Amino acid sequence: MNIQVTVNGKSHEKEVDPRLLLVHFLREDLGLTGTKIGCDTSQCGACVVKMDGVTVKSCTCLAVQADGSEITTIEGIATNGELHPVQEAFWEKHGLQCGYCTAGMIMTTVELLEKNPDPSEDQVREGLKGNICRCTGYQNIVRAVLAAAEAQRS
Amino acid sequence: MFATEFEYKKASSISEAIQLLSSNEGAKILAGGHSLLPMMKLRLARPTMVIDIGGIEEMRGISVENGTLRIGALTTHAQIADSHVVQEAAGILWETAYGIGDPQVRNRGTIGGNVSHADPASDLPTVLTVVDAKFTIQGQGGITRRGSRTVSAGDFFVGPFTTVLAENEVLTAIEIPVLAENQKAEYAKMAHPATSFAVVGAGVVLTVDNNNVCTAARVAVGGLTPTPTRGPSVEAALVGKELTDENIAAATALIDGDLGSDILGDIFASAEYRRAMAAIELKHAIFHATGLAHH
Ligand SMILES: Cc1cc2nc3c(=O)[nH]c(=O)nc-3n(C[C@H](O)[C@H](O)[C@H](O)COP(=O)(O)OP(=O)(O)OC[C@H]3O[C@@H](n4cnc5c(N)ncnc54)[C@H](O)[C@@H]3O)c2cc1C
Ligand code: FES
Ligand code: FES
Repeated sequence: MNIQVTVNGKSHEKEVDPRLLLVHFLREDLGLTGTKIGCDTSQCGACVVKMDGVTVKSCTCLAVQADGSEITTIEGIATNGELHPVQEAFWEKHGLQCGYCTAGMIMTTVELLEKNPDPSEDQVREGLKGNICRCTGYQNIVRAVLAAAEAQRS
Repeated sequence: MFATEFEYKKASSISEAIQLLSSNEGAKILAGGHSLLPMMKLRLARPTMVIDIGGIEEMRGISVENGTLRIGALTTHAQIADSHVVQEAAGILWETAYGIGDPQVRNRGTIGGNVSHADPASDLPTVLTVVDAKFTIQGQGGITRRGSRTVSAGDFFVGPFTTVLAENEVLTAIEIPVLAENQKAEYAKMAHPATSFAVVGAGVVLTVDNNNVCTAARVAVGGLTPTPTRGPSVEAALVGKELTDENIAAATALIDGDLGSDILGDIFASAEYRRAMAAIELKHAIFHATGLAHH
């Protein structure tokens, strides 16, 4: 089936098998390997991207379902080579170790802060419920999100 | 993981979806995909055709009219959790929607898909049963075939992953009576730590007078039984009683007798354990509903 998807502002038209998952489409057809595959069972959040304004787990979405939509991946949030404030905060606060969960964490955080620009620590933890990190113990991730919130507010 | 091969169709109207379902054996509807796609990836489901209803606008939306809250089947958990209309009309549903899965599951998963899937561990079947929701179902018209019908939540669920929906029927909307000022409703669950699915969930709707006496009660539990289970013994014991700690504890303990013998157990929680937790979750729900405990 032929689909048209706008990814990070660029329109793509491709022929895809209906069972192709969005995450494979992004990584393999478009070469956007910033988005990761962790669990492949909708639980870890490594594959989170934005689709038409809301975050989705791209391992639990068919590429054909994305036909006509606008997608933003981790590759698309910096502007003119300048890191997004959430990326900056993850760097600054050491919100990662191996980095495998980071793209998903950042995409989820971007939406979280859009919905709630001044979250409490509890709200941050609640908001990151669908993103699993095997390295950091989450402390620095939470710090990074709170720092990003502060930076975006000022 | 890849699903088995299937043909993909996008339906642009309810009638087109029904038409496609009727003329293709082995076809399945795809709403938010957060139950169906995982099943297909594990090859537990192998539809020959997937009918994507995600673009049918007439199946979305939230409104209140004549004391009834109406929610389109395609409305996502996130849209319900973000809706002040739902918060005002049926706070129990609003809060339950927020407790489903995680933000991404809520962004994709729909109320219609949740109940049609009829997973015993889902939250919405229990909540919609306790608030006495009505499900609008559309099938093929004509004299011998079913057209549109309405089924109450209490009759909709037949067994695990089984509902009254015929193969060519679509659930289009869910209607819930707006809760009155003197009705207190709450859902409490013991959530599975990884997914938030209900190990045991309990919902209550209590009508309470000015003297804190319960004048009407509906209670239901889920997660541990094949379908949501009402608690008639608990309801009878609550009515006419003041809602004190002691009276609530005594009434909720009676749920055990209402559960029947078919209790689900798995590697996470045995049937025996779930049975023991039913009264506890029910008590939590009533405590929260009556303000005896806070979240
Ligand atoms: C990680 C994870 C955590 C979750 N946690 C929870 C939780 O805590 N609580 C909870 O309640 N649920 C939970 N869920 C389930 C979630 O709510 C699903 O979204 C929901 O069960 C299915 O809705 P859907 O729109 O995704 O349906 P789909 O997956 O698209 O469809 C499910 C089934 O229903 C059928 N169907 C869908 N819509 C209709 C319709 N309108 N008419 C007729 N048939 C229809 C489909 O053919 C399919 O058989 C979780 C899911 C995941 C992946
Ligand atoms: S890879 Fe998608 S949620 Fe884990
Ligand atoms: S940094 Fe390694 S999984 Fe999070």
